[in-house]
Amino acid sequence: MSGRGKTVIGRDGLADLVAILAEDGYRVIGPQVADGAVVYEPLDSADDLPAGVVDDHDGGHYRLRREADGAVFAHVVGPQSWKRYLYPPVQALWRAERHGKGFRVIEEPADDGRDAFIGVRPCDIRAMAVHDRVFDRGDVVDGGYARRRRDAFVVAVNCTRAGGTCFCVSMGTGPAAGEGFDLALTELVGDNGHEFLVEAGSAAGGGVLDRLGGRDATAEDEAAAEAAVGQAAASMGRHMAADAPAVLMANLESPHWDGVAARCLACGNCTMVCPTCFCTTVEDATDLGGQVAERRRRWDSCFAADHSYIHGGSVRRETSARYRQWITHKLATWHEQFGTSGCVGCGRCITWCPVGIDITEEVRTLGGADKGD
Amino acid sequence: MAKAKPRKPKLAVWKFSSCDGCQLSLLDCEDELLAVADAVEIAYFLEATRAQGRGPYDISLVEGSITTPHDAERIHRVRRQSKLLITIGACATAGGIQALRNFKDVDGFISAVYPHPDYIETLRKSTAIHDHVRVDYQLRGCPIDKHQLLDVVGSLLNLRKPNLPDHSQCMECKLQGTVCVMVARGVPCLGPVTQAGCGNLCPTCQRGCYGCFGPKEAPNTTSLGDWLADHGTGRRDVKHLFRSFNAGATAFRRESEARE
Ligand code: SF4
Ligand code: SF4
Ligand code: SF4
Repeated sequence: MSGRGKTVIGRDGLADLVAILAEDGYRVIGPQVADGAVVYEPLDSADDLPAGVVDDHDGGHYRLRREADGAVFAHVVGPQSWKRYLYPPVQALWRAERHGKGFRVIEEPADDGRDAFIGVRPCDIRAMAVHDRVFDRGDVVDGGYARRRRDAFVVAVNCTRAGGTCFCVSMGTGPAAGEGFDLALTELVGDNGHEFLVEAGSAAGGGVLDRLGGRDATAEDEAAAEAAVGQAAASMGRHMAADAPAVLMANLESPHWDGVAARCLACGNCTMVCPTCFCTTVEDATDLGGQVAERRRRWDSCFAADHSYIHGGSVRRETSARYRQWITHKLATWHEQFGTSGCVGCGRCITWCPVGIDITEEVRTLGGADKGD
Repeated sequence: MAKAKPRKPKLAVWKFSSCDGCQLSLLDCEDELLAVADAVEIAYFLEATRAQGRGPYDISLVEGSITTPHDAERIHRVRRQSKLLITIGACATAGGIQALRNFKDVDGFISAVYPHPDYIETLRKSTAIHDHVRVDYQLRGCPIDKHQLLDVVGSLLNLRKPNLPDHSQCMECKLQGTVCVMVARGVPCLGPVTQAGCGNLCPTCQRGCYGCFGPKEAPNTTSLGDWLADHGTGRRDVKHLFRSFNAGATAFRRESEARE
């Protein structure tokens, strides 16, 4: 790690950070505004970052607006998550070409690009840790994921504002990133100007921090950062009931599932935007002449009928069964499977559900039904 | 004895009531057209060639809906001559835009439009091909997506499963990273009840999905329609959303009728 302790950099320090990472051979990916949302895409420079942009979230509702203070990280999470880069939506597994009476697998150039992620929120850091348990378990390893994850450089940003659908506090996943980053920033916008408190969380992070300018952090800086993060904690838009796993498992036959199904579109948006949902399907493709064949993996959703298709039909035909599968896996059975919750409280599934179905609300309603009221 | 070279599968393309746009999608496969011609014998395709090879055909692509007594009789002949029958486009799979007549009195239209209504011989309704004969595969869209067409033909030639997902258009948005126009802009969008496959055309242009691929599997049109109505789309506009290219598809028809 760095010899330096916590450091304070100015607004220009962000430009240096992006430049240093690019110089080190990383593709630098960070938040920027596109098509009315904050998305995570490659940055040309720190100028692309969404300065002064704030996002309002509610069930099925998202709008950007401007704030005069120019804060770069006042927005919260966007519709995409970092799984887009660590576990891309479509991945070619292998390609082969016809060769005599058989076939031979086409050698592909090694996939060795390294990504630096800037602006990873504490909930999303926890989501990466969840995926590590899924894809990199020692006995079962997804090579591509493990490689990309190992080589990624993570710049966390502690949240100083909560979104209307955030509930990381009740999931114990934010709004400060305790670990799992190379560098963590806390944005300080106030009377003293616009600065960032920077902390290294790994040797690689320390190396980068050594090359950033800035000054040593004072006790006042640290107190200001703590207060800013405290504001986020105090303004969570949503709250998840602590007994969610028990409530769900006690209500597997509740009539409420039909109530959700009356609203749910089985569109799969919630699973696509969720930073921990990992289900995929496999598709085969060929050219017309049958000379080249390809097998690829693409994100799938438990809301698609095909997802539970086995010989003879789909197991989960009703939307009620699909919603129940999703929420019970996410919040309850994930614990048994992976030793952690599958939900990190990022709120994306609430915001990006076209009809605003709210995972925290559904648990509350089921809990009420459980108590017989 | 040397084995005879396997015979190329015979392909036929048939037209019923339609605008020809879906057949054009086949001709639009410029780069791939030679490969298609190499892989199959195009035995009957009046839009492209005068050749009228005789049946039976291994693969028949059927464009258009059934709107006349003659159509209704001819489709049975096509079916009899075809090993596999694939409907292409919203007309063939749901009756097309011309199924708007199904909601009104067709005689009224005829006398309003034609100087000699008595020359017009038409059915009261425009119906999908599957209302008349068995259909093996459906390619949705107005028009169809050429990649889906090539995929299905390729799958048949190579004995693999075609990639024709019946999930929502939203999945396509999310796979591509397209920002949701409904959530981020409040644009009414049929994507959540529409089958994917168009290549994500409208949402990438910040337009809502018009539903030209027709209803997805398990389409909850009522919930989407109610949400739109509660968020600023007028009742008539919600009705009209469901009453366009796929007005005759069962789920969309019921929803528009419920909002009369
Ligand atoms: S279930 Fe919803 S709130 Fe929880 S991690 Fe997934 S998208 Fe975020
Ligand atoms: S909960 Fe919302 S986002 Fe998820 S499948 Fe249902 S309607 Fe779509
Ligand atoms: S833009 Fe339309 S199709 Fe795309 S995610 Fe939003 S509602 Fe679904």
